[in-house]
Amino acid sequence: MIELRNLYKIYGSGENEVRALDGINLTINKGEFVAIVGQSGSGKSTCMNIIGCLDVPTSGQYILEGIDVSTMHDDRLSEIRNKKLGFIFQQYNLIQGISILENVELPLLYAGLSKAERKEKAMKALARVGIQAKAKNFPSQLSGGQQQRVSIARALAGNPSVILADEPTGALDSKTGKEVLRFLQELHSEGNTIVLITHDNSIARKAKRIVRLSDGKIIYDGPSDDPNAVVSADESGVNG
Amino acid sequence: MLGIIIGIAAVIIITSLGNGLQSYMTDAFDSMGTNLITVNVSNRGTRSVNPDDMFELATDNSDVLEAVSPSVTHTGEVTCGSTTTDNTTSITGVSEYYNVMKGYDLTDGRFLSYMDIEGRHKVCVIGTYVANTLFGNKSAVGQTLKIGGNTFTVIGTLAEIGDSSESSSDDCVYIPYSTAQKLSRSGRITSYTFSVTDQHKADQAKTVIENALYEIFKSDDYYTVISLSEMLDIINTMMDMVITVLSAIAAISLAVGGVGIMNIMLVSVTERTREIGIRKSLGAKRRNILTQFVIEAMTISALGGILGMITGVMISYPVGNLFDITAVPKASTIALAFSISVAIGVLFGYLPASRASKLNPIDALRHD
Ligand SMILES: Nc1ncnc2c1ncn2[C@@H]1O[C@H](COP(=O)(O)OP(=O)(O)O)[C@@H](O)[C@H]1O
Ligand SMILES: [Mg+2]
Repeated sequence: MIELRNLYKIYGSGENEVRALDGINLTINKGEFVAIVGQSGSGKSTCMNIIGCLDVPTSGQYILEGIDVSTMHDDRLSEIRNKKLGFIFQQYNLIQGISILENVELPLLYAGLSKAERKEKAMKALARVGIQAKAKNFPSQLSGGQQQRVSIARALAGNPSVILADEPTGALDSKTGKEVLRFLQELHSEGNTIVLITHDNSIARKAKRIVRLSDGKIIYDGPSDDPNAVVSADESGVNG
Repeated sequence: MLGIIIGIAAVIIITSLGNGLQSYMTDAFDSMGTNLITVNVSNRGTRSVNPDDMFELATDNSDVLEAVSPSVTHTGEVTCGSTTTDNTTSITGVSEYYNVMKGYDLTDGRFLSYMDIEGRHKVCVIGTYVANTLFGNKSAVGQTLKIGGNTFTVIGTLAEIGDSSESSSDDCVYIPYSTAQKLSRSGRITSYTFSVTDQHKADQAKTVIENALYEIFKSDDYYTVISLSEMLDIINTMMDMVITVLSAIAAISLAVGGVGIMNIMLVSVTERTREIGIRKSLGAKRRNILTQFVIEAMTISALGGILGMITGVMISYPVGNLFDITAVPKASTIALAFSISVAIGVLFGYLPASRASKLNPIDALRHD
């Protein structure tokens, strides 16, 4: 359902040229749980932003559920994101001035649902992450783990085809991080397609498939239980 | 927000005070009679006019001139026994037409008659202040009073014209102009009041009188002809100018308020670029972002507008009282000021929001 064909994202030009993505070819099928790993600056976020239609590639093609979205107009991309994609960000990205419920309702609002439908679906999503009691609270009144669960509820609310998570545990302590991770696994077991971005090998191992990036190139793409997936020859530093 | 409040309030205060002043002046002139034309002459030798000339002039031009009355004015005290008015009572010698020309009603007795004028009778018609002061609750008609040593019989009392206070229009005594002429030292009548058949013909009537006087005096140095309605027009024109200038000043303060709103919106849109990014990542289109910010800007400026309206209306009354005029806030001005503030809000909300809505979602998300 996700197909990246010979994809490049190049920042700057001339001497300052940075190839954040350097000829990526990647296919992710429905129902997969893929972790994209790599060192800081390897291009993971850039990759996820393009998969998430938040950014457009410099060149190459991106086909999402059979639609070429690489050259789409801003408003059409908004529509695609709204219908097909759910985001979980490292910094939660909840809107501070409105309640938890209103935050979760946002994707449904932009989908054009009625007030009653929005409320029903948003409450359901909040119930799934076990936080419906806080619906009337504001984000600042919640702990980090709770806020991340709200953002998961928001990602789920519109029933998207793919859930994208960029370092979802990065800002959490290890216990709440594990909780969030367990939740992603649960979603996967229910048949959701999940793309998880992390620099942490122990987290990556929870996924079924690992894609390892280095300098904008894929240097490993395979099952997570392969020893090569975790420790690649030229990488030191972070490992699990 | 404060800028908009002050701007709107200023516009409303200035215009309602202006309107109040204008209607105050119109009322003042109306009570003096906009149907009247005052003529002052300086008689010299043969080149002179007397009351008969003036009556003839009025009769000859009855299409525009209705009536005329000489006006011989003194200010002095009027006594009755031991009671006396202060030295403020206006004692005016007039013709039998004067009360009709001025629109004065009588509460008791009658006004001066042709016979009183012809016979130079020592009779008078008095205003409410004089009646109250000299005769209290008693009927004044038939009583006598003294003016400068001469005894006059009261033949009528006027209905209240002003507020019955000292020096007001009710502090007055009217006597036959012939009697006044006889009692005054100079014996000359220098002032006449004409009434016109139609207020809108005041200009025409004025010209008729001026031409006639020029025929007699062969120069326009010896007479003045003043039409109150003409003066009212001039004053109204001046007032309009003053109000326009003041409104322009108020409009500037409104514009300053607009810049304030623009700043608020610029800051708020910039501060909330990340929010815009989040909303776009969740599927908001440009239109959604625009609508949200324009509605916010409208709400802020409408709120400011309403507060400004309330402040303006509330302040203009006490300020008006300070100058003894009744402030007249006009619905049209208020509506205009309000729409301007909302328009400013929409415009200045739209511009930054439009720019922000075009941001790439990822750039907006990175913003902090
Ligand atoms: N907006 C940008 N402008 C210029 N360079 C960028 C921009 N975003 C990312 N990069 C560069 O692209 C490379 C990949 O970045 P990123 O995708 O954020 O890596 P990761 O998420 O793996 O840490 C880095 O070298 C980074 O400096
Ligand atoms: Mg990153």
